[in-house]
Amino acid sequence: MNKKILSIVGALSITAFSTAQACEIGARVSIVGNEFPAIQTVGAGAAACTGGEVSTNLTADHQKINVPGMQGNPAEYTSAIVANSSIVALMNEDVIRPLDSLVAKHGGDLQSSQLIKVNGKVMAVAFMANAQHLMYRKDVLADLGISVPKTYEEMLAAAEKIRSSGAMQNPVGGAYAAGWNLAQEFNNMFLGYGGSHFKAGSANPSVNSEAGVNTLNMMKALSEYMNPDFLTHDSNATNAEYRAGNIALLNMWGSRASSQTTAEGVTDAVKNGHAIAGPMTVGGGSTAASTLWWDGWTVAKNISDAEAEATFIAMMNGISPSMMSDENIRTQAVWLIDGYTPTDAAIGVFEAAKMGTTPYPMLPYMGLMHTALGAELADFMQGKETAEQALADVEAAYVAAAKEKGYLN
Amino acid sequence: MKHSTFIWFFSPTALAMLLFIAFPIVSVLVQSVHAPHKAVLVEVETCTPLVGCTIETSIDQEATRAIREEKPIGRFIGLEIFSDRGHLAISEVSKIWSISENFNEFFTKLGNLPFYRAMAFTLTFTFIVTPLVVIVGFLIALNVNALHDRIKGVVVFFSLLPFVITPLIGALVLFWMIDSRGILGSAIQWIFADPNLSLKASTGLMWISLIVYGVWHAAPFAFVIFYAGLQTLPADQLEAAQIDGATRAQQVRYVVLPHLMPLVSFVALIQLMDNFRVFEPIVGFNASAHAQSLSWFIFNDLGGETRQLSSASATSVLTIIGVTILLLPVLRRTWRDFMEKAK
Repeated sequence: MNKKILSIVGALSITAFSTAQACEIGARVSIVGNEFPAIQTVGAGAAACTGGEVSTNLTADHQKINVPGMQGNPAEYTSAIVANSSIVALMNEDVIRPLDSLVAKHGGDLQSSQLIKVNGKVMAVAFMANAQHLMYRKDVLADLGISVPKTYEEMLAAAEKIRSSGAMQNPVGGAYAAGWNLAQEFNNMFLGYGGSHFKAGSANPSVNSEAGVNTLNMMKALSEYMNPDFLTHDSNATNAEYRAGNIALLNMWGSRASSQTTAEGVTDAVKNGHAIAGPMTVGGGSTAASTLWWDGWTVAKNISDAEAEATFIAMMNGISPSMMSDENIRTQAVWLIDGYTPTDAAIGVFEAAKMGTTPYPMLPYMGLMHTALGAELADFMQGKETAEQALADVEAAYVAAAKEKGYLN
Repeated sequence: MKHSTFIWFFSPTALAMLLFIAFPIVSVLVQSVHAPHKAVLVEVETCTPLVGCTIETSIDQEATRAIREEKPIGRFIGLEIFSDRGHLAISEVSKIWSISENFNEFFTKLGNLPFYRAMAFTLTFTFIVTPLVVIVGFLIALNVNALHDRIKGVVVFFSLLPFVITPLIGALVLFWMIDSRGILGSAIQWIFADPNLSLKASTGLMWISLIVYGVWHAAPFAFVIFYAGLQTLPADQLEAAQIDGATRAQQVRYVVLPHLMPLVSFVALIQLMDNFRVFEPIVGFNASAHAQSLSWFIFNDLGGETRQLSSASATSVLTIIGVTILLLPVLRRTWRDFMEKAK
């Protein structure tokens, strides 16, 4: 319920701002993007423009539809809201246009750090940053005299203490659902162990390494403290476990930090005990076992210049600095917009940035690696094969896919 | 019927079949032997928030566009995709064959290759669910048919519900029930007094859940067909059998079953096809860690951030071949019956 009120309030306040700013567009705008509170706010802000029809399609399945929806001429979607991973697919297929001239004409409010530049051309406008980091129950840790874990080794020790105290049977949570989520957790840990997905300067895989084996062993150790159904738990299911008070420690997306205590049915113990901290390190390394992300919007290539201009103006209205005076909108994300002052929910992501967390690789073949990891690691997590075998399978699956797509010979 | 009449009568169907069956198959075949052009990669400066500018690999759009425009369909690669690790994995299988010391080891290693792992599940699912659906559907039909007319309508309606529910929704409902915090999941933990017992964490139990779902979902389909068939059963045949002193079991065995045999073939045919393409429960049950099918591979190829159209097409062709092989015995039987009738 709170969430609904929040988004209504958000939408109303944007309407108020946009009438003040009078956002006028002269052509159709159609937006596709992921579905979480901050993106809904941006979509609502864009939809407040008048003079042309603005439609939004915000769904968790956006990656499956954005490329097909922008390949036609004219494209169905005039803008896709993307992140560092998903912009690569759009650039690979050449369906988004450089924004330099539009930025010069209408980009007055933008800060230079918001511009995603590839080869000197602005390809996207970022509006928020994101990272996975620690969320925990300060009450549970305080009761048992455990200090906030800074490394995954400390997290394991804390989990053992909580379990043996009888407070919780499975105190650790993690989005370990086979597929994209499991692969992402691997990426985090792998980078934390100092691993690199590809041999330098090539598309050849290098996950079957000492760092890879250490990563899998750590993930397996953590999974011993998770709900036995962990291979089916995505971010939503993991958060449901947290909100129900079943887990005390989890590595979770910063963009979900503000809704952890405001969603429906959160117990008071969780509301009062919820706390967040930066990402953890692992294996004595100094690199955070996490990845740094940005979310931003793009403009389609296969549309008329009038539609592109209308889209740019509408999207600029969706990320207007005037939104930053609204407390509810400010807590939704770590905004990169001028005038944003961080809230408590932003600590984790800022900490991640301060630690120099590695950004998620923007490589043309990273998506194939991610898919291969998601499909081949489940066997290891179930104890059906060795870490070396699982990683060899990942490399073999990746190589087959990369050959097909023409990245490897 | 005159030939010209037949042709006019049949032409709309032929056109639809050409458009919706033949063309897509041709398109999939063509795509499966082509792959995207070799990527032209360049090192470019990439600037992002909080990180600044770094040198990253990217696709050279100008160069790639020129190659694409010259040959939009991609490069011809023959059967390369069919033989790669994601599909038939020919070189991997022969390697496993040469290093395995016995059949057991060979099959264990084979199960590590995606295509064969998927076949293991798909065939198990198909050959357990299909007969069970026929048997369960037949038993429901017999029992409903024996009911009083007044309550028949209500019972028929409720028996049909599992089939009416959208497959994905039905799978999700069951998925939440067998969750370790769901009603069935906690009941099973309570019965076996093991708090860590989870249907979703064990491959065997997950397969059983999927099979139970498969039967639950499709049995009403078989039931409706058999129930309709029962209505055409001549009453005098049954009466004659009763006068001859046949028990109820004997009546079913010697009168009802032979009468329904063509329908059994029909249901088996449709079910073999459907079950070989098992997909919704794997998505609904989030079961991809334990069970995969060819249809799920296609979904996975197309759903990733980088879509693999050629791989998905090759899997589609393999699905068509698989369905054809499965249906051969049934089709042969139908053909034989047809030829006998023609005599």
